[in-house]
Order: sequence, then C-alpha cells, then structure tokens
Amino acid sequence: MSPKVSRLRPLVYVILGIYAIVTFVPFLWALSASFKPLHEIVSGGMHLIPRHFTLDNYKTILQQEPMFGRWFLNSAFIAVSVTVFNLLFNSLAGYALARIKFPGSTLMFYSILGMIMIPGQLTIIPSYLIIKELGWLNSYQAIIVPMAAQATYIFMMRQFFINFPKELEEAAELDGLGRFGTFFRVVLPLAKPALAAQTIFIFMGAWNEFLKPLMLMSDKAMFTLSVGLNTFKGQYISFWNYIMAASIIMTLPALLIYVFFNRFFVQGITFTGGK
Amino acid sequence: MAKSPNGRQSRLRLREALAGYTFITPVVLILGLFMLLPILYAIFLSFHKVNLLGSVSYKFAGTANFERMLNDARLWIALRNTAKYALIVVPCQTLLALVLAAILNMKIKFRNFFRVAYYLPTVTSSAVLVLIFMWIYNSNGLLNHLLELAGLPTYNWLGDPAVALTGIMLMNIWSTAPLYMVIYLAAMQDIPESQYEAAAIDGANAWTKFWRITVPQLKPVTFYVVVMGIIGTFQLFDQSYIFSAGSGGPNNATLTMVLLIYQYAFKNLDMGYASALAFVLAVVIMLITVVQRLIFKEEKLN
Repeated sequence: MSPKVSRLRPLVYVILGIYAIVTFVPFLWALSASFKPLHEIVSGGMHLIPRHFTLDNYKTILQQEPMFGRWFLNSAFIAVSVTVFNLLFNSLAGYALARIKFPGSTLMFYSILGMIMIPGQLTIIPSYLIIKELGWLNSYQAIIVPMAAQATYIFMMRQFFINFPKELEEAAELDGLGRFGTFFRVVLPLAKPALAAQTIFIFMGAWNEFLKPLMLMSDKAMFTLSVGLNTFKGQYISFWNYIMAASIIMTLPALLIYVFFNRFFVQGITFTGGK
Repeated sequence: MAKSPNGRQSRLRLREALAGYTFITPVVLILGLFMLLPILYAIFLSFHKVNLLGSVSYKFAGTANFERMLNDARLWIALRNTAKYALIVVPCQTLLALVLAAILNMKIKFRNFFRVAYYLPTVTSSAVLVLIFMWIYNSNGLLNHLLELAGLPTYNWLGDPAVALTGIMLMNIWSTAPLYMVIYLAAMQDIPESQYEAAAIDGANAWTKFWRITVPQLKPVTFYVVVMGIIGTFQLFDQSYIFSAGSGGPNNATLTMVLLIYQYAFKNLDMGYASALAFVLAVVIMLITVVQRLIFKEEKLN
C-alpha cells in the first residue's frame, strides 16, 4: 500500500462515519420522538434521548385507534400470501421454461421478457376496472391475486434453473419420480438461494405497497398499514409522537427481515441490476 | 412392432408437454388477466371517453384524449416538476452512489457493516420515510434547528411552494443512492485486479486509478444507473401523494406525472384521459429502456 493511501485512510473513515450518521439520524430521530410525550416534542428541543421517556404513544395508538391492529394484520396477511404464491408460481413457470419442452414455450418466454419492460403505470387504471368488474374491491384477493406472479422473478428463476446441474434431475427420473416429484422433492429444495432473494424482494414490495391498497381499498377495515398510516397522519396532524410510533411499528417487520437476510439482498440486486 | 418406440416417444412428448402446461397455468392465468388484458384495455381506454356512473360505458373519442394534453396546464406543470427533479436528483444520487461504492470497495474495516447500514433507507416503506421527513421538515423541526445552528436561513419546508419539491428531492437522493451504490459495488468487483496492479507499477496513485480505470470501466453501469434514475423520476408517486395529501400542492409544487394520472382517474373519474396520459408515459419510459438496452449491448460487444 502506498504512503499516500495510508494518509488518506483516516479521511475515508471520517467520510464513512459522517454518511452513517446521515443515514441513521432520521430513523433515530423518529424512534426518539416515538418515546417522547407531546409537550416535549412541541417545545422543540434537539436532544435525541427523551427527557420524559414514555410508552404512552404506543399504548394510545393501539387502544385509541382500534383499526391499527387490523391494518397490521391486513398488511401481514397480504404480504405473506403474495410471497408464498410468487415463490410457488414463479418457480414452477421458471422451471418449465428452463427445462420442459412444450409447444409455445418460446412465445411464453418472449412474452415474459416483454412484460418486464412494461411500466406498471400503464396497467393501473385497467386493472382497477377489471378488479371492480370482478366485484373484488375491498377484498384481499384484489391485491393478492394480481400480485401473485411477477414476470421479473419468473425470468430470474428461469435463469437460475438453466444453470442448474441436470444430473440430479436425471437421477430422480431414474428413481421413478415424475416431473412434479422431481420438481418438489429435488429441484425446489436446491433452489433455496434464489428463493430467499425472491422472498425478501417480494415481501418488502408487498409490505410497502402504497398505490394498490390506496386505490382498491376504500373500506377503512381493509386498509393496509401504509395507507392506514397516511390517513392516520391526516387525523392526528401535528401529533408527531403518535405518527412516529405508528411509523416505527410499520418499519420493524421489514427491518428485522432485512437484518437477518441482508446477504440475499445483494445477490438479488446484483442479479436484477445486471440483467 | 417397429412402430412401438415411436409411439412411446410421442407419448412421452405428450406427457412432457402436459407437465409443461400444468407448470405454467397459474402464471398464464394471472399474467393474462392482470397484465396482458390490462395492457390491451389501456390502449382501448386511451381512445375512449369512459363513463363510470352506473354500469361502465365507453364512447369512441378518436385522438381527443391525446389532443387535450397539449392544452392541459397541469400536465405541463407536472412535466416541469419532473424535469427539475430529474436534473437535480439523478446526478446527485449517481455521484453519491459512485463515491460511496468506491470507498466501500477499498480494503477497509467494518465494510460489511457500512454496506448494510447505508442500505437501510432503501428497504423502508416510502409511507414511513415521507412521514419521518415531514417530521424533520416541519417548521419547528430538526432541519430548521440545524440550519439555525449553522447560521443559515430556515424555510417552511412543507408549506412553501418554492422549497416543497426540494424537500422531496433531498429525501429521495438519500433513500435511492444506496440502491445504486450496491449496483456500483458489484460492478467494481468485476474489474480485473490486474489492471490496478499494472497501473500501480506505472506509479499511479489511488486518485489516478479511480479516474483512469474505475470510472471508464463503469461506464455501462453508470449509464444504466442514470437511465433507471430518470425512469424512477417519471414513476414518482407515493412521496408526492403522502407529502401533499394527494393534492400535489402547495400550489402544484409537488405534482408528478403519476400523481396527475391518479387524480384524473380517481378524483375526476376521467379514466379515458387518465389512461391516455398513462399510455404516453409508458411509451416514453419504454423508449428510454429500449435505447438504454441497445447502447448497453453495444458497449458490451466493444
């Protein structure tokens, strides 16, 4: 290492440290507000550690806003269902496109490539009208079913299975397993890295989704947390202690998943980024 | 007798095809009903006037929806906001991502910690991020306190049309740069170490190596990051909607293309015109993507 680089070294850590502060401060400031009583927030001090630490904000929003728990469950149910369906359907289709010969598979593959290019904004209004026609407004399926398969991840699974060693499947076939047996007992368990990356992206996407529930759910009981939080803001305007406590509750599940599975994120991003 | 292996083979092929169709059926149904059909329906809607009262009815309108765009003052405001936003956010987030990635690519301690930490805003829901930033931006909030401490002028970030969009821009640079940082970081790891070693023998310092090797090698990735940034600008919705409670205010300062489409479709119930706007937006985004892919491919070939 040249002497010049070692002189730069402390500067590098200073920059890294400053940017870490820039990243963390908004979160810490929100966390801090969620434990402060309103009068402390209004007085406008800049101390990060609450002077009068309290859990009342969390208690209040859970008691005073009976819908809050419901919104949390709605979000969880929708995000988990969307994730499970995507894992199953995208892998099935990706595997078929990579390994099974059937008439129309090439057309199917190019259709999927084409769909990846279509920006979601184009389909917002027609999807709304179709869902309305089906009588699905204000129902879970309105969000879950249209999101249950995604072209990008079908493509990702296809690329994964195409590079998959064929020998295992051939051995399974010799053992008398059909296509389904091979897929569920041999292929899928070995696809864990690809499935993990997909799980995280799809769960986060569904958990954080804002536009779809905003447009499809008008019944307050069917709101997801993201939409509920937005109406909450309108209702408790300037009660930043409550709004921040609610925001922290919404952030926690995604944060936990991120902290535990972050290595799969990088794999997934570099995959989709490099395509 | 000679026919039997042939018959077995075609039976096998049939079974294979049947398995294939079973595997893709769920995806065909879902994407067919909620992707392919909506695409065709969107084109149909763009050329019609849609009446939503009672049962939905359509009246052919020719190109009227498209002609209307030329005289739509709010569309031009949304486009101006988008342009202003893209001109500032895209270069800032790209540069920030590049610098952070370059630093994280050095042999430093706690590298993984910093990478994981920096990425945090990207996984947080936009609804939460907007609320946190509104809390920081409010006139008695953290940002104004810090500006005051530094002896700088303070602003009414939420209510003043002159700075409202700036507030959203700052937030988005902060929250999207880490995504591109990870993409840059991955690309940097693909640059062969031998090139740096050769440069080191020639006496190049870290700075020269960065400008002469890293930056030129990253050209295709930079192009990708810039294009994705521009497309992201066109697709901005959540932030503006939550920030302005759906109005695009104060005084249309945070009005974006998708918010405008949303307002026409769900506030004015003018689905035909809103679809035409979405159609034009989609065509623009797809053209940008196609151009990017074509150039990207050429870069790879050279």
